[in-house]
Amino acid sequence: MCLAIPGKIIEVNDQLDATFRTAKVSFGGIMKVINLCMVPDAVIGDFVMVHVGCAISKVDEEEANKVFSYLQNMGEVEL
Amino acid sequence: MKYLTEYRNPELVQELAREIRRITTKPWTLMEICGGQTHSLVKNGLLDILPGNISMVHGPGCPVCVTSVSIIDEAVFLAGLPGVILCSYGDMLRVPGSSKSLLDAKSTGADVRILYSPLEAVQLAKENPGKQVVFFAVGFETTAPANALSVVQADQLQLDNYSILSSHVLVPPAMEAILSDENNTIDAFLAAGHVCTIMGIEEYYPIAEKYKCPVVITGFEPVDLLQGILMAVTQLENGQYRVDNQYARSVQPEGNIRAQHTIKTVFDKSDRIWRGIGNIPQSGYEVKDRFKKFNARQKFTINIPVAQENAACISGDIMKGLKKPKQCPNFGTLCKPEHPLGAPMVSSEGACAAYYHYQNADNSLA
Ligand code: SF4
Repeated sequence: MCLAIPGKIIEVNDQLDATFRTAKVSFGGIMKVINLCMVPDAVIGDFVMVHVGCAISKVDEEEANKVFSYLQNMGEVEL
Repeated sequence: MKYLTEYRNPELVQELAREIRRITTKPWTLMEICGGQTHSLVKNGLLDILPGNISMVHGPGCPVCVTSVSIIDEAVFLAGLPGVILCSYGDMLRVPGSSKSLLDAKSTGADVRILYSPLEAVQLAKENPGKQVVFFAVGFETTAPANALSVVQADQLQLDNYSILSSHVLVPPAMEAILSDENNTIDAFLAAGHVCTIMGIEEYYPIAEKYKCPVVITGFEPVDLLQGILMAVTQLENGQYRVDNQYARSVQPEGNIRAQHTIKTVFDKSDRIWRGIGNIPQSGYEVKDRFKKFNARQKFTINIPVAQENAACISGDIMKGLKKPKQCPNFGTLCKPEHPLGAPMVSSEGACAAYYHYQNADNSLA
């Protein structure tokens, strides 16, 4: 139930009032219209986590990459 | 897809499992809170690659599993009223109430619809002014902003035919209830990544401190889960108890302030009865008085007797981490997904259904 999946913002509909503002979001090519009111600073090209029709966070690219550098270094890193 | 496939990389998964094995010197019991994490652990066979001295127990983070029989009965009652369209997330339909499920109500003529989002229910209300649309608002903190937003939207649209039946539950009070149980054996928690995406991580500091229990905020993919386990075991082996954030790509320490604001606009904290566990004080959300015209409990007269839970189901012990699904005498015999005795056999996020569908899952409790 709490699953949220990442999708990429393709288009933002700015004509709507903040509560109703939406974006077209691509989930691996499948498009859905998603409410943007809780992630107002998200722009085209951003990845957002989407849950039951609402974007709930922007995916932080730097943090996303950190996980992998952590894992790559795991052998040498003192845990 | 970017940000998804990388986290399913089998080599990384194996490497993490090796590292967990390497650093583990003692037996530890870890609980993942979230049903989505339970599902991912079982489905991806992660329980089988953990060392034998790490036992994963499966927490109460499946809203379908913890919604009380009485609330299911309320939903069934509302669905049966003339002119009502009862909308719900799909998983809720098959959960047995005291005599009927929503699916039973639907098969006898009630207008019960499965929706993906509460915002679709608002749209449905707008398009059907002659009907009363009720959304069955179940879920944890992750789902609360969307459910609250549906009320804000309905208010702005001045709809008088939309309401929600709130069954909202909150994670931190449930963790406290589990940790303060005298039989509790949990050494560390994997906290639910999307709950924290909304609420932030601050609520967990006092819990880690008070119970000397590491809490690692964790994502949902195999790499996330194993890294979360590795971070928790690292703390345990070093005698530490901190709040760590494995899922920083989605979780900001302060959470999503706007989402929190939407929740606070619409909901007040309230006591909540959890199926199988009982009442946990201040562990739920109810619609504020200010929005009472959108509260199905205030809008309709719901006149039904208090329901009893099925005594044959031991889901409470499972969700408190005291038992595993296969220790239930009814598992796979009297209780199967086709005819569930308890809610954890219904939802794919319920521990019993997850173990049933992926039969190899064992990871026995010692
Ligand atoms: S197997 Fe069925 S009866 Fe047993 S705990 Fe799970 S849901 Fe309840």
